Amino acid sequence: MNFGTGAAEVLRADARWRWWELGLLAALAASWPLLPTHALLLNEIAILALFALSLDLVLGYAGIVSLGHAAFFGFGAYAAALFAKLVMPDPLLGLVFAIALAALLGAACSLLILRGSDLTRLMVTLGVASILYELANKLDWLTGGADGLQGVVMGPLITPLGSLEFDLAGRVALAYSLVVLFAVLLLVRRLVHSPFGFSLQALRDNRLRAASIGLSVNARLFAVYTVAAAIAGAAGALSAQTGGFASLDGFDFHRSAEVLLVLVIGGTGYLYGGIIGAIVFKLLHDLISAWTPQYWNFWLGLFLVVLVFVGRERITRPRTWFRTRR
Amino acid sequence: MLTLLFDGIAYGMLLFVLAVGLAVTLGLMNFINLAHGAFAMAGGYVTVLLMNRLGVPFLACLPLAFLFSALLGAALEPLLYRRMYAKHHLDQVLFSIGIVFMAVTGVDYVVGSMQQNIQVPAWLQGRFAIEWAGIGKYRLFIIVVCAALTLALQWVLSRTRFGSQLRAAVDDPRVAGGLGLDVNRIFLLTFAVGSGLAGLGGALGAEILGLDPSFPLKFMIYFLIVCSVGGTTTITGPLLAALLLGIADVAGKYYVPKLGAFIVYTLMIVILMLRPQGLFARAGSAK
Repeated sequence: MNFGTGAAEVLRADARWRWWELGLLAALAASWPLLPTHALLLNEIAILALFALSLDLVLGYAGIVSLGHAAFFGFGAYAAALFAKLVMPDPLLGLVFAIALAALLGAACSLLILRGSDLTRLMVTLGVASILYELANKLDWLTGGADGLQGVVMGPLITPLGSLEFDLAGRVALAYSLVVLFAVLLLVRRLVHSPFGFSLQALRDNRLRAASIGLSVNARLFAVYTVAAAIAGAAGALSAQTGGFASLDGFDFHRSAEVLLVLVIGGTGYLYGGIIGAIVFKLLHDLISAWTPQYWNFWLGLFLVVLVFVGRERITRPRTWFRTRR
Repeated sequence: MLTLLFDGIAYGMLLFVLAVGLAVTLGLMNFINLAHGAFAMAGGYVTVLLMNRLGVPFLACLPLAFLFSALLGAALEPLLYRRMYAKHHLDQVLFSIGIVFMAVTGVDYVVGSMQQNIQVPAWLQGRFAIEWAGIGKYRLFIIVVCAALTLALQWVLSRTRFGSQLRAAVDDPRVAGGLGLDVNRIFLLTFAVGSGLAGLGGALGAEILGLDPSFPLKFMIYFLIVCSVGGTTTITGPLLAALLLGIADVAGKYYVPKLGAFIVYTLMIVILMLRPQGLFARAGSAK
């Protein structure tokens, strides 16, 4: 980078596709034909990756520590499941419906996170997730209460290739999730490489300075939180549609903590952390819970503690291993 | 009505004793310790195991619970926690969630996942039947113990040399260190006492709150509410917040059981919106 280039050029250089980005996407796409027997696991990975991508926008780009991101995931899941049950079983319309509702919720919640310190924000996000959990628990005529919302029957997926029924092996579901993941990823990639994305990083690094060079901090936080909520809602909707049910587990604290961990494993603030984290996390989960199903959480906890001690910056940024120094 | 108020006060006092250690950690070290409940759980389990397996009397268990949790805190503080103070809040959150997960599954592994019950001594069972209110003896006992502890804490903080050192360290650790105070030692002692109090609260609350391995997760949000709503700069703030929370929770569950914990969370969010630094924070003490 030299000083002669204009700002637009710098932005463009940063938005250039790297070889490892394409490689990662190609590997994900290739998993569909290459690993047909693992479609269910891969589907979970894709959904978790989407969820973590949404958190990355909030945490990695805007710097908001959220302990209640599951609120939007669960909300999207219930919205999609209820839409299929009460209105119509078309998955695509259900997805759009869930995204819209989650975005509305996100817009409302974003007003709550504008003020206060990290602790306040932590409490508010946690509180919103807890309120939704309680609501879903108590409104059992609508949500099925603690039993969850079962028996969600999805209609066929209407695609240009013809209508596809969801199959038991989960191959259609995987394709569906992957397509949504790719679409969202491209969209978010465009977003974070835009001036808007850069302004987010500016206010993450120093809110006061960002405000004093004329960025409207609150408007930006509002926008990014809404977008992130919509994406988390999409992840929830995918999980409800491909899994066939929505449950209270979607709102659980455990889920918020899990997605935080996934993102941190992969590294925050460069978009692909969620995907890498989701792959590593799910594989680890599969390995460890095959070995000790009941106590998997212990190893998860130990892993977290060690991770923080070693320094998440150092071991969780694969980007820094590969990037050539400028 | 008065019975509800009384139960609410007992619950609130209990929450205060459980959470006051967390308030100090938050205010003093600016450290978000989600694992505070783990210390309370340790105290609770010490009591349960001592009483049910070894037949130690209830009253003797309480100081032991305090000691055990305090020692646990004193051991963990220099080993783990001290390195976390300067880190980013995200790291602190991850770290303490990790501790919670380990504590929950660890206890599950050692003791088992079922709910643990304790038998309080006969003289603490039953109620005083006064015509306008029923007063549970055990709850009265809790109120007395917790009130005594609160007074003692208040006395230590405001009248003793250690108290003024602690307040100095809370207000500005760097200047306090510059004046020759051993801030690390103050942190260590305070952390240990806070953990010990949590352990004592866990022991006292085993009867009322119930005790199973998911205790730290279940009550984590309550402790955090007490601290964030009460503010962390005084001891009366968390006390009032805990009482408010206790009464609101008990009354809410009694009058509108359908809404459950809904009221408490909504109340918390509203209060935090209006007063992000806490309801009773001193002016200008924003951190």
